[in-house]
Amino acid sequence: MIVAVELDQTDRAILNRLQDGFPLSPAPFAEVADELGIVETTLLSRLSALKESRIITRFGPFYDAAALGGAFCLCAMEVAPEEFYAIAEQVNAHPEVAHNYERQHRLNMWFVLATETGAEIETVAQELEQETGHKVYLFPKEEEFFIGFRVAV
Amino acid sequence: MSIDATDRRIIEATQKGLPIVPNPYAEIANSLGMSELDVLARMKAMQDSGIIRRIAIAPNHYALGMTANGMTVWDVEDRVASKLGHQIGALEFVSHCYLRPRARPMWPYNLFAMVHGTNRDEVEEKRQQIVALLGDHCQGAETLYSSRILKKTGLRLRDKKG
Repeated sequence: MIVAVELDQTDRAILNRLQDGFPLSPAPFAEVADELGIVETTLLSRLSALKESRIITRFGPFYDAAALGGAFCLCAMEVAPEEFYAIAEQVNAHPEVAHNYERQHRLNMWFVLATETGAEIETVAQELEQETGHKVYLFPKEEEFFIGFRVAV
Repeated sequence: MSIDATDRRIIEATQKGLPIVPNPYAEIANSLGMSELDVLARMKAMQDSGIIRRIAIAPNHYALGMTANGMTVWDVEDRVASKLGHQIGALEFVSHCYLRPRARPMWPYNLFAMVHGTNRDEVEEKRQQIVALLGDHCQGAETLYSSRILKKTGLRLRDKKG
């Protein structure tokens, strides 16, 4: 079980500020620290601690999947309870399946396909349909809205 | 813009994260035998063209006590879906928000928003703010809670000769 970690106001301000972006300049931490009214060394040590305690999972550039020569697609299937486990195994056996969640809905199996090209998404989806005998619904993203999640300060 | 072999080396050096040091880009540049100016210019170009979506932290919602999350899905009038998507994406409790194609009749929903809370009651309470924001532009909605993680592996950049 994961226990929520106590964060003080400075940690929270850092968490919120650094979701908004980070400067591309020689001394980016000094700039952000200035904005937050703290010193650079405080920002560096707080951020290191947040990363070490896994409050943040990652800090750095987020690259567009397509630019990395990859494609991603959210997919869903409707699977009967009695065959759910067996089909989950079949689906998970594909290395292209990056995440797979059971969700409470008629479409109860939701997974992400990650492949090198867009065309391979179709190919893997068809393979899954043939193996499992179930339709694979494809939900590629058409537009993404990102502002980020905020913690109360 | 397409990336070249040098850009690809920068991507490989930074996709796991930036070093938490006073001059992180200089450190990356050193490790690649490049100048800091060159790394900054190339990353700026990648950011301008959308190859770098953002430079930021990814918070761990579970560690922050946000242990409940619901995938809320909405059937929103196409004409206003993009505009309303921006507004929903800006809500502080929404971590991801996307427009996706519908798959009628099974799936009439085109807007997906991941809502986080400390428990399901809180998720439901926050969801009502989206209900209010969408108003008459929404014809239907559901919330899908995850009951089990069946697989979770990191996404990886495959080795490729630039």
